[in-house]
Amino acid sequence: MTGNVTGTLVPVDEALSRYAPVMGLEVHVELNTATKMFCGCPAVFGGEPNTNVCPVCLGLPGALPVVNGKAVESAIRIGLALNCEIAEWCRFARKNYFYPDMPKNFQTSQYDEPIAFDGFMDVEVEGETYRIEIERAHMEEDTGKSSHMGGATGRIHGADYSLLDYNRAGIPLIEIVTRTIEVPGDKAPLVARAYVQQLRDLVLALGVSDARMDQGSLRCDVNLSLKPTGSSTLGTRSETKNVNSFRSVERAARYEISRHAGILDAGGSVVQETRHFHEDTGSTSPGREKSDAEDYRYFPEPDLAPVAPSRAWVEELRATLPEPPVERRRRLQAEWGFSDLEMRDTAGAGAMDLVAATIDAGATPAAARKWWLSELARRANEAEVELAELAITPADVARIQALVDDGSLNDKLARQVFDGVLAGEGTPDEVVAGRGLAIVSDDGALTEAVDRAIEANPGVADKIRDGKVAAAGALIGAVMKEMRGQADAAKVRELILSRLT
Amino acid sequence: MTNTADLTALSGAEIAAALAAGETTSVEVTQAFLDRIASHDGAIHAYLHVDADGALATAADVDRRRAAGEVLATLAGVPVAVKDLLCTVGQPTTCGSRILDGWVPPYDATVVTRLREAGMPILGKTNLDEFAMGSSTEHSAYGPTRNPWDTDRTPGGSGGGSAAAVSARLAPLAVGTDTGGSIRQPGALTGTVGVKPTYGGVSRQGIVAMASSLDQAGPVTRTVLDAALLHQVMGGHDPLDSTSIDAPVPPVVEAARRGDVAGLRIGVVRELSGEGFQSGVQERFDEAVALLTAAGATVTEVSCPSFAQALATYYLVMPSEVSSNLARFDAMRYGLRSFPEGVDDPSAEQVMAASRDAGFGDEVKRRIILGTYALSSGYYDAYYGSAQKVRALVAADFDAAFAEVDVLMSPTAPTTAFPLGEKLDDPLAMYLQDVATIPANLAGVPGLSLPAGLAEDGLPVGVQFLAPLQADDRLYNAAAALERLLLEQWGGPLAPPEVSR
Repeated sequence: MTGNVTGTLVPVDEALSRYAPVMGLEVHVELNTATKMFCGCPAVFGGEPNTNVCPVCLGLPGALPVVNGKAVESAIRIGLALNCEIAEWCRFARKNYFYPDMPKNFQTSQYDEPIAFDGFMDVEVEGETYRIEIERAHMEEDTGKSSHMGGATGRIHGADYSLLDYNRAGIPLIEIVTRTIEVPGDKAPLVARAYVQQLRDLVLALGVSDARMDQGSLRCDVNLSLKPTGSSTLGTRSETKNVNSFRSVERAARYEISRHAGILDAGGSVVQETRHFHEDTGSTSPGREKSDAEDYRYFPEPDLAPVAPSRAWVEELRATLPEPPVERRRRLQAEWGFSDLEMRDTAGAGAMDLVAATIDAGATPAAARKWWLSELARRANEAEVELAELAITPADVARIQALVDDGSLNDKLARQVFDGVLAGEGTPDEVVAGRGLAIVSDDGALTEAVDRAIEANPGVADKIRDGKVAAAGALIGAVMKEMRGQADAAKVRELILSRLT
Repeated sequence: MTNTADLTALSGAEIAAALAAGETTSVEVTQAFLDRIASHDGAIHAYLHVDADGALATAADVDRRRAAGEVLATLAGVPVAVKDLLCTVGQPTTCGSRILDGWVPPYDATVVTRLREAGMPILGKTNLDEFAMGSSTEHSAYGPTRNPWDTDRTPGGSGGGSAAAVSARLAPLAVGTDTGGSIRQPGALTGTVGVKPTYGGVSRQGIVAMASSLDQAGPVTRTVLDAALLHQVMGGHDPLDSTSIDAPVPPVVEAARRGDVAGLRIGVVRELSGEGFQSGVQERFDEAVALLTAAGATVTEVSCPSFAQALATYYLVMPSEVSSNLARFDAMRYGLRSFPEGVDDPSAEQVMAASRDAGFGDEVKRRIILGTYALSSGYYDAYYGSAQKVRALVAADFDAAFAEVDVLMSPTAPTTAFPLGEKLDDPLAMYLQDVATIPANLAGVPGLSLPAGLAEDGLPVGVQFLAPLQADDRLYNAAAALERLLLEQWGGPLAPPEVSR
């Protein structure tokens, strides 16, 4: 039975008791080269629409592309870091299709001759290592950006008109394509998430991209199909496009497992199509149907000379690769003295670099981990953003801890400083000054407050005078209340005892 | 020298000499050609656009600089006409197509930049078959150009406008482009010299692409020396064209002045003569061979068996690239925009279809469809893939031949100029016009056509020389020798009869 069976969503656990997911991930990484892939226009994000453009990236008649050597270098470094072979000779190809935001109506890409191929990346999830095989990493140019105006959905259907911004057209992209990923049990969505996360760490370590998922400079297509457990026949896949956070990669995979299982359980067939992921609901909806008839009419790009990186250059680039993320993680764990669990939590929260930078800025490993994984993780979660997207820097965190260490703040006040920094009130010191949060250690003010507390609580004072020192807590509480928490508790206790004993 | 008729009768080198000697001024020369265009181009239609103001401004500037004692380029002040496939700031660039009606590019082709830097007044833009597709200039959307030797006949194509302009003395020099013979075949049909340099020897930047891997700009002139002088100005490496050769222009001017064939080994290509070649064409060719032999050249027959498949190969490779290169003409950003009749609120695709329907002529549509088919999946290997293999065989035939001889020789075109309209409804007959010129484009080797006298019908015949890659100077040497031998025989240059408007 086939046809338009939609089925109902099946819980992931249940789906995975009957089906095994087969995934393929395609990650597009926008390179941070100064200029575009094939011309000298600045390759920067944003800017007034259509200001960073020239005849080449606008595809005007007669304009010719010239390959950006820096982009080739970045592509090779990514390939090497992914343990790929680097082509001795490769070409660009034209991928011919129509889209209004693609100025030439073909995309200059690589097809059967990628610059890097046959690599792998080891991904750690909950202490297990999974090897993700990389089929290829190839170079291509980004397209322009369409904005469909006046409709309810922001999509082209129903829009009154569309605006085109070609600033992004021609920005260099590396597309990294995995071979099929088959992970036993319920780990597939987590492995997908961890892969993208680790890939982001890698390109950041290489310095080849700013990898901002919120700006689309790193985006992932999640291809997923299900096959009955024990079967070797691949199911029909769906392709969820442009997923733009780690969390969404995992959620998109989970949703598609549920959806496919529902269709298959109901006896239907999954339609091969692209799908859009919706952050708000965690669901996907159909994009365009991707039939086998789609024909890009690839052929070698005749306007570009072939790319033939010398072996000496490749080896030179290999020699300057940064430490691989997995090795770096092992090294940092030893340096920081974290347990396996602590390290896993840190990595899982996407906080490795943040913790490392906070330690570099002077905090202890324990303090750095404490703030990022408790206080800040909670706030990131509430705001549904990645930790790194919070408006606070590792240096800020280290400074706040330093203020705690020198007695200027306690933990409770420190939380208020975090509030202030995140709210854009300035640096930690500016927030402390602006909100008047510093602990009062002025003996005069404290002594007066202590005297008032003794006066107001004569019974308690008598108990202390009688040697029941433990009763001091009640007076400390009263003083702290009066001082709105901004007193050094140890100092207050010292003053009380000196008055009454 | 003030008689304007005399000025237009001079070759480019003669004008340059007269300017250098102070016998005339560039303004005088330029005005003489503009006057002649005004009085004679009505009967020829060599030009699509004449830029009298721009040309005279350049001429005046050169005269001023010369008077100030500046050292100027050899051809400074010598006017030139440019095929309307090259982008020109301030002048329309239509490519002979309605789809670019009125488009004025915001940039110059590198070739045009070099003409300007050399101080050459640009008279205007010459007519061509639409997007350089055709062998008669009848596929121009703006009407055909007529052959100055017989205005009921075609001047050949696609560069019929440039060839007719030079032949009718409406310009001393012109720039053409040659994808399958579009400089050499019209050269043969109008009694002018036409050169296709080595592929990559002259920048393609700013030349609206027909078939990128085959297109090559080159000079159209009345003498071999003029062609060499113009070649020297146009040629050389261009960082904006990644297929441009990073080497100096071969010593073409020196070779054109030398013209010595004693000891030169010439191969006559068996496959490029005989059956299908007009008897008068064959006779003039045989006489040229005899003259060269008498002058000390060694002439042998060589066989290039793959040339028999060259035409078929060309008609797969060329339209494939055409189908991709012309995809950008979608009425979105520049050029013609037409709306479908009887459709309220048409979609972007409907507007695009209507614009292309109105904007492209039959020959262009024919080639786009052929190319789209040849590249489509399932047919790619059989057509495009096979064509690429034959293309390699053609190159190998050249290599083998050039191991035996220094240059190759053949008639340029199988017939003399044919009547307007004769082959318009028979594309295959039209395609045969380029049977002898196409192998050079497939292999990238340079070729030169020069007039070899008149056939029995009183119309010019061309012979072509072919040389190995980057040995363009050999063409000029051999052609200069033959040119001198022919002039001795004729007692002066052959010129078409005067035509009035």
